[in-house]
Amino acid sequence: MIKFNNVTKIYSPGTIVLQNISLEIKEGEFVSFVGKSGAGKTTLVRLIMGLEAPNYGEVYFEDINLNDASLSKIQKIRRRMGAVHQDYKLLPKKTVYENVAYIMQVEGKDDEEIAREVSKVLEVIGLKNKVDNFPDELSGGEQQRLAIARALVNQPDVIIADEPTGNLDPYNSYEVISLLQKMNQAGKTVILATHDREIINKLGKRVITIEDGKIVRDEAEGRFII
Amino acid sequence: MFTNFKRVFTFAMNDFGRNKGISIAAIFVLTITIMLMTSLFFFQGMAGYLTSQIQDKIDVTAYFKDGTQEKDILSVKDQIIKMSPSIKNVEYVSKDQALAIFNEKHKDNPILAKALQEVGENPFLPSLNITTNGDLAQYASVANILQTSDFSKLVDKVDFSQKKDTIEKVYSITSSIDTFGILLGIILIIVAILVVFNTIKLAIENSKEEIGTMRTVGASDWFIRGPFVIQGIIYGVVSFLICISISAISAYFLSSRVSAVLPGFDIFNYFLTNWLIFVLIQLCFGIGVGAISAFLVVKKHLEL
Repeated sequence: MIKFNNVTKIYSPGTIVLQNISLEIKEGEFVSFVGKSGAGKTTLVRLIMGLEAPNYGEVYFEDINLNDASLSKIQKIRRRMGAVHQDYKLLPKKTVYENVAYIMQVEGKDDEEIAREVSKVLEVIGLKNKVDNFPDELSGGEQQRLAIARALVNQPDVIIADEPTGNLDPYNSYEVISLLQKMNQAGKTVILATHDREIINKLGKRVITIEDGKIVRDEAEGRFII
Repeated sequence: MFTNFKRVFTFAMNDFGRNKGISIAAIFVLTITIMLMTSLFFFQGMAGYLTSQIQDKIDVTAYFKDGTQEKDILSVKDQIIKMSPSIKNVEYVSKDQALAIFNEKHKDNPILAKALQEVGENPFLPSLNITTNGDLAQYASVANILQTSDFSKLVDKVDFSQKKDTIEKVYSITSSIDTFGILLGIILIIVAILVVFNTIKLAIENSKEEIGTMRTVGASDWFIRGPFVIQGIIYGVVSFLICISISAISAYFLSSRVSAVLPGFDIFNYFLTNWLIFVLIQLCFGIGVGAISAFLVVKKHLEL
């Protein structure tokens, strides 16, 4: 489903973030990128979403080379992905309800379906009583859950979670990871970028370890080894 | 399509209401700018009126030889009127009328009245006062024809050369006013556009992160840009409503004061006569600058 072919990303001369990365993620897989801060995990995620272009090599989503794809094609691909970012990336001037509904509005879904799905996902995520609140009126954990609700509402094919538990306590972290597992069991591809040892060791899924922009390990049932 | 438009419009209205500070600041700047443009238009109207008043006072006078028959003078008058469409008016002043005008003008001056009595007869010559719509060259051309063609045997003198300096000065002043007005207008319009553009830029810079998030979730350019452009249009429409009200009210209340400075010019009537132009200038400028600024600023963020 997603393929990296000898991808190198250089931000400025001398700052090589990713070096000759080649990997393939199959549909329905649960893959974790692990590594220290600054190892290149977030850049990998941004490349998958077409938010960055590699300096060398190609990134494919299905058969589409993201380097050559038109903007409208990339926009369509992004709509098939649900992303949870470490800094949440919520829309600050929209309410909880509007933040989640926006994703479906982008897709052009009708208002009835939006109302039904948004209510459902907000109930699951435990934010049903905060629909009219703005993001800055929520706690860190609630903001994180809102970001997850937004990523899941559209039933995306791929869920990308970049440090989704970074600001959460162990209980909420467990909740988030089990939600991702459920999505994976439902057939969704899940890509998780984290440096949380405990979570990785409990998952028992494919782990790709990145160090200094290079893949040093790619194990089917990997553990957190840095 | 309609659903999408409705959503974009709703986003715009929500953002407009939720960012009250920014909305008020943008509308304030836009209102000041539009009022500046409107003042220029009022100024142009007053300057135009003043210029036409001064130009109306400029004429070429052809004095006919004593004893010239009235019918000959009237025939010359007819020929001059037919000569060029730029001839605005030709007025015949007979010997008797000239004397009457002189007497009326100097009725309080006994010395002049006495001097006239000593002359014994009416010393004034019959004349034609000619005014044109055109410029200095046209006055010169009329004066030249009167002095050189068949008319010359009837004409005693043409006073154009005596008035030439005054006419030149008046035209130079009016032309300077026009040029100054145009230059000032262009400079002010450029400054105004830049000020509005920067205000809207600051307002949108505030939403830079938001635009980035919208891109991440796959929103189309139109879906991202639409609410900002519509907000720009709303700023323009609100500013227009404020400006047109201020223009009408101030023209109404300033009318008598302006008439005191510029007799015969009714600024409120000028506003009523040109209301459509005022609406067009204010609405087009407000909406145009508001929407185009928003479009360009968001475009910059979408390219990042």
